[in-house]
Amino acid sequence: MAGKTKLYYFDGRGKMESIRWLLAAAGVEFEEEFLETREQYEKLLQSGYLLFQQVPMVEIDGMKMVQTRAILNYIAAKYNLYGKDLKERALIDMYVGGTEDLMGFILLFPFLSAEDKEKQRAFIVQKATSRYFPVYEKILKDHGQDFLVGNNFSWADVHLLEAILMVEEKKSDVLSGFPRLQAFKARISSIPTIKKFLEPGSQRKPVPDDKYVETVRRVLRMYHDVKAN
Amino acid sequence: MSGKPRLTYFNGRGRMEAIRWLLAAAGVEFEEIFLETKEQYEKIIKDGVLMFQQVPLVEMDGMKMVQTRAILSYIAGKYNLYGKDFKERALIDMYVEGISDLMQMILIFPFSPPEAKEKNLDSVKERATNRYFPVFEKVLKQHGQDFLVGNKFSWADVQLIETILAVEEKIPAVLSGFPQLQAFKIRMSNMPTIKKFLQPGSPRKPPPDEHYIETVLKIFKK
Repeated sequence: MAGKTKLYYFDGRGKMESIRWLLAAAGVEFEEEFLETREQYEKLLQSGYLLFQQVPMVEIDGMKMVQTRAILNYIAAKYNLYGKDLKERALIDMYVGGTEDLMGFILLFPFLSAEDKEKQRAFIVQKATSRYFPVYEKILKDHGQDFLVGNNFSWADVHLLEAILMVEEKKSDVLSGFPRLQAFKARISSIPTIKKFLEPGSQRKPVPDDKYVETVRRVLRMYHDVKAN
Repeated sequence: MSGKPRLTYFNGRGRMEAIRWLLAAAGVEFEEIFLETKEQYEKIIKDGVLMFQQVPLVEMDGMKMVQTRAILSYIAGKYNLYGKDFKERALIDMYVEGISDLMQMILIFPFSPPEAKEKNLDSVKERATNRYFPVFEKVLKQHGQDFLVGNKFSWADVQLIETILAVEEKIPAVLSGFPQLQAFKIRMSNMPTIKKFLQPGSPRKPPPDEHYIETVLKIFKK
């Protein structure tokens, strides 16, 4: 019996957001349990459901899956968003690796001091425009197709759109030198499942705020300073 | 024409070591190009072979592959070390990702400042003995099989033996509370391809030393 897909995480983006995006893109409904208190987290730890004592955790198809990348791989494969063969999968993995690195710089952003935030914002924009966006712009230019890999909608497209929108939140005109990415953004945003996810009332989470940071620190007892890149 | 896979990296472990282990475990011979100077590194960036301007780079089957995980997944898939179905692959991925988190602590260790080294070593010991090793000890105890997933040798086994040995280099008695892992270590070390890789003269790299650290820092210096 498959049952519903259920996500265990904080009420905010963090490492779970890419999973929400992928499930949504695949048209999969899911429930969420939000960690709000330390007691809740300790109860979850005691339950033995967190293989390495960490969230994200996703209950799916009778498994209690942990490790973001493992969860994403499983969803991508199950819903045919992982290419048609080993080589396409390799391309998707490479592209997703890049957008994951880029989004990683943004992941720690809310936890930085105000001064470090400005430094990090500049760092994110610099990396996005000099290292990552040019790669995807070129891929789209070279094959002229609508999607990154194999002329078919895949996880790589979802992940790239997510990354683009996140960087735009840091600098709204960041795509100005990338016409193909602008077209890509419009195209992927209008795919029905994604369009729905981008509308208010969906399970997409907003930009992390101080309340989110406070909750994470409190639940995980993670009070150390986070350094900028 | 494919030829042997060709690895481009520093002459040391770093992120490439897991790839060397997996290729070796699969019985695949490979060539290596070692980055020694900044000029060499800048040239390959200029040549456009590094998708995100980073190594590891593995040229195989007509692809110029980057991103460690992408490379490992491809090798595991190609050489049947990735389980028989989605669910086994999910287990392998979970185990590999967990082990990688532990390995990451060891990877950055040589680059931490001298005053932080002892604290970092304590963290490695704490995580290994409280978070990661107990999981795999339990997995092996519960199913009583020789391998972590599906009663068959897989990428997860290779990654675990690599990490056990790397942690033991820093903390020799780290397996003392883990009898299943001790037996696992012996079993894996005796598999023909792994046994060969563990012998002197194999492509396996030694623990990072001053020269390695110097080389990496020099090449990445702005």
